[in-house]
Amino acid sequence: MPKVRRSESKESNKNEIVPVLMQGNEAIARGALDAGLDFFAGYPITPSTEIAEILAHQLPRRGGKFIQMEDEIASIAAIVGASLTGAKAMTATSGPGFSLMMEGIGYAKMIETPCVVVNVMRGGPSTGLPTSPSQGDLMQSRWGSHGDAPAIVLYPDSVLESYELTIRAFNLAEKYRTCVVLLSDEVLAHMREAVTLPDIKEVKMISRIKPNVPPEWYRHYENNPKYRSPLASYGEGYRFHVTGLAHDPYGFPTSRPDEVSVMMNRLRNKVRHHINDLVQIESFMMEDATTAIFAAGITARAAKSAVRQLRRSGKRVGLLRPLTIWPFPDDAIRQHLINKKTIIVPEMNQGQLSLEIKRVMGSVWNYASLKTRKIIEIRKCNGELITPGEIISAVKEVKKDE
Amino acid sequence: MTSNEFKKEIRLSGSGGQGLITAGIILARAAVRDKYRVTQTQSYGPESRGGASRADVIISNGDFYFPEATRFDILLCLTQEACDKYSENLKDTGILIADSSFINNITLLDSTIYEIPFTNIISEKLGTPLPANIAALSFLVRKTQVVSETSLKEALKNSIKSAYLDLNNKAMRIGFKLADEYLKV
Repeated sequence: MPKVRRSESKESNKNEIVPVLMQGNEAIARGALDAGLDFFAGYPITPSTEIAEILAHQLPRRGGKFIQMEDEIASIAAIVGASLTGAKAMTATSGPGFSLMMEGIGYAKMIETPCVVVNVMRGGPSTGLPTSPSQGDLMQSRWGSHGDAPAIVLYPDSVLESYELTIRAFNLAEKYRTCVVLLSDEVLAHMREAVTLPDIKEVKMISRIKPNVPPEWYRHYENNPKYRSPLASYGEGYRFHVTGLAHDPYGFPTSRPDEVSVMMNRLRNKVRHHINDLVQIESFMMEDATTAIFAAGITARAAKSAVRQLRRSGKRVGLLRPLTIWPFPDDAIRQHLINKKTIIVPEMNQGQLSLEIKRVMGSVWNYASLKTRKIIEIRKCNGELITPGEIISAVKEVKKDE
Repeated sequence: MTSNEFKKEIRLSGSGGQGLITAGIILARAAVRDKYRVTQTQSYGPESRGGASRADVIISNGDFYFPEATRFDILLCLTQEACDKYSENLKDTGILIADSSFINNITLLDSTIYEIPFTNIISEKLGTPLPANIAALSFLVRKTQVVSETSLKEALKNSIKSAYLDLNNKAMRIGFKLADEYLKV
């Protein structure tokens, strides 16, 4: 039997890199440790528990702190507090816990304090299907907290990417001073694959900007043109006030409309003005495709498999996959999908991504062209993955109609 | 697929507590050691014991994307329920390995079938049914050569707590011996 050629051939013979079998959750824990995680607080819940389990074992050995809290509300509060003292902080949970964290996530965004929340999606609503995959929390990760806060949400599709996007989640949280959500799902989180992690010295790490002014000049919320402001930690001699109330640059409560609008615009613009930095999208066999599949996370794996099988029989099909779910990659999607006849959106929920695709494409397709173009939903929320076969059937159904 | 491309979809199925996910991880580790591409996935209920449980391992020398087995090249069943549920998705050229301690009704026609009472044999010889999973896995590997036996041994050593390694090594040897002795039904 022929052996697989290893993709990382540049490190040859002497220091041969052997891939290791690693689980999705393990990759997230490793990514967090490599990103410089100092503090983890959490409450175990299937299918995210391995992240806490591994970090409980590993983090204290690196001088970090691990705390199992009494619930998820306390967990998010603990990591926000830890971050205010300068720690890189994270928690991990699943649907029911993610719901409980919503207020704390909004608070972290309001007080512009970096932290990372991992949500390994399982079947819902409520307790749902603890050991089954779902993609039911895509909209919740955007709109779950009240008050129209910005959102940065990432969603990998492999074990290696779980590692990479965990590091990216920390980088973006630190850079933009906000709470970044990393999504996974039960299958991705429990799946094991052979991976070779990158050399950590070659991975770019970003930490929050520290103030370089004397404490009496420090403003906790600086309105600079790049929407990135320095962040002092408690205990460093800088005085600042932290509140979930609308606040002025020093953090003290204000209800002056001019000050509140400055604050709200900053929260909005630090995401809206950095779309190019935030958005990552993968295009797979899209160039000559007439039918495009739009899928994220584990569902994109089924879609990729379907694309490859359909290509073998001469069908012009491609896949567009967002690695950044929020902010939604509107421009990139328009660019890639404007000329496609059919867009198929498979997802393990009641149609959340397809709603966004309809919004985005509705803005560029005129009424006449809507008659010749189709957006087809494949929705499945019974605890099973969408299979390549189901996507292939949908594509063939469309081709029959044409 | 070109002629030298190789892809095997393997499902190990039974009920929770029979060690199927452990067996799946060991098989996947062995495949990594043999430098194949591999994914291992699983499905189980919220119970800590009982309930349907399965582990899928896909082993290939090329790229593949979907991580769950859909049409099996190799199917291991340790309960009648699993056998009833998954047999129909075994390829005609596939191999079914059934633990006849629990399975007495197989309806397949075209596939290669091995009926071995792994659990009874292991209970009798080792005084506990626990390592029946390793006996079945070792039988599977010797019969199919889907991974090398050297890698299986190495993977077993790296996956089992040292206190239980001796017991599991015995089960492995029993599995290999059964494979040499039993012909297909």
